[in-house]
Amino acid sequence: MSRFAIQRLGIAALVLVTIAVIVPIILVVGVIVVQGLPAINLEFLLTAPRDGMRAGGIWPAIVGTFWLTIGTAIFSVPLGVAIAIYLSEYARDNAFTRTIRLAIINLAGIPSVVYGLFGLGLFVLALGFGSSILAGSLTLSIMTLPVIISTSEEALRSVPQSFRTVSISLGGTQWQTIRKVVLPNALPGIITGVILGLERAAGETAPILFTVAAFYLPTLPNSIFDKTMALPYHLFVISTQVPGMPLQLQFGTALVLLVFVLSMTLVATIIRSYYRRKRVW
Amino acid sequence: MDTFLAPRKRPSFTEFAAERLVKASGIMAIVFVFLIFAFLLREGVPAFGEVKLDNLFSTRWYPIEDYFGMWPLIFGSLVVTIGAAIIAMPIGLLTAIFIAEIAPRWLREILKPLIEIVAGIPSVVLGFFGIVILAAVVRETLNLPTGLTAFTGSLILAYMALPTIVSVAEDALDAVPRSYREAALALGATKWQTIWMVTVKAARSGILTAMMLGIGRAIGETMAVLMVTGNAGRIDWSPQSLFMPVRTMTATIAAEMGEVAQGSTHFHVLFAIGIVLFAITFLVNLAASFAIFRQSKRSARLLS
Repeated sequence: MSRFAIQRLGIAALVLVTIAVIVPIILVVGVIVVQGLPAINLEFLLTAPRDGMRAGGIWPAIVGTFWLTIGTAIFSVPLGVAIAIYLSEYARDNAFTRTIRLAIINLAGIPSVVYGLFGLGLFVLALGFGSSILAGSLTLSIMTLPVIISTSEEALRSVPQSFRTVSISLGGTQWQTIRKVVLPNALPGIITGVILGLERAAGETAPILFTVAAFYLPTLPNSIFDKTMALPYHLFVISTQVPGMPLQLQFGTALVLLVFVLSMTLVATIIRSYYRRKRVW
Repeated sequence: MDTFLAPRKRPSFTEFAAERLVKASGIMAIVFVFLIFAFLLREGVPAFGEVKLDNLFSTRWYPIEDYFGMWPLIFGSLVVTIGAAIIAMPIGLLTAIFIAEIAPRWLREILKPLIEIVAGIPSVVLGFFGIVILAAVVRETLNLPTGLTAFTGSLILAYMALPTIVSVAEDALDAVPRSYREAALALGATKWQTIWMVTVKAARSGILTAMMLGIGRAIGETMAVLMVTGNAGRIDWSPQSLFMPVRTMTATIAAEMGEVAQGSTHFHVLFAIGIVLFAITFLVNLAASFAIFRQSKRSARLLS
């Protein structure tokens, strides 16, 4: 067989493998959309579950996931962006900086269920927050930090060095340069990174299992010390723990969670491509 | 020159405060890793005092009767992860090669976001899909008593590891200088020969990193595995065991922590499993990051 024939066969094999990777993606999303759509109506979206969750809606779980995502943002965005500013603008290449980078790589690799154990040990038990939105948000924020840090740092570094030089040559201090020149130019990239990080937090189940999630709680949370239902945990509960659960409601819940999460990806992608075209450098 | 470009000599208070605050945030990243490790130790180490070592390392996990053997759980994680690696590594590499080397630009712009979608799908949604559809397909096609097996878990895990493997490996292939490929083509190699003999070889440490990061993700994955692997703790080294239910470390923690009394022996043993998981993923990530460092040093040497 000539080497060109081998090449043709090889490339055909690569095409087949890639199709085998792509088809299931479309299949998973497609099946959930098609099966879940009939369950979606106002009652499903805006009322509490009834009859041991076998009827009614998922409103408390939607509200819970919303507050958890906001809570996560409050803690992780300022801290994550500050760490990114440190790494991109202040840090020199020394052992201390390398230790911080190693720590971030490790935070990124820790399994989500281990974050759950940590949140249970520190926030729920040692600090006495109990199983609450506060404990859950803090746990999720530490888990999201690595994503926010790495994408924000990339955005900060992509601002051309000459911008900083000009600002400093005009008499600006380093902090003025960061605040008035670097941050505004890096903002679209940072927002994209923040959304991608929060999207992960919104869809995670394991870290909230022991820190905030309520099995069945038809009321809405009143304070940050309340437990709450959450969409991912609710989907887990109704697909494994509730016998006789109507399949349509399960698909409906999966669809709402999928839309919640993928619409965040979509917004992030749109912001990224819009500003990439508008970029001045 | 330096004196012109350096910031003003006597910094104002804002300047001073901002720098300190930002640096303190950087330190927090290290503090968190220590805190996580410290709290796992605090709740997990008592297990080694409360349970005899030969019990902890026995082959029986049955906490209600005080059997806390971790081997079946470690075995379960191992089987599911190895299964996922065998499926995901070749497929991931081949897909990365297709995207980086062969696909035209417009196709690449479609394929990359499509694969990123998988990274965005919550694991509980994939687990749900696994229970409702994949498990039935596995049971019917392989003619098994149950579809909730290690193999089903491996399939889903492989799928979840793919975005990591594809995107990191694709970056590594993309970083290989154009001149390498042009030199090979100029010497008369076909595109196919160039890919395997030059590009993939030059990118090999980045590809290795991709594989390890993908495997690291698979070991730590919890919800999907909990939902589709059937959760029966046992050790069986025969090849058929891939098609029977298993119980992984992550699934055990997630399933049992909600039901144990705080401070009980069972509670401490679950944290001890957390320590084992933390240690494994720490080592895998350390290895992956060293592969990155080595690569950057080598390319720096080649280009100087």
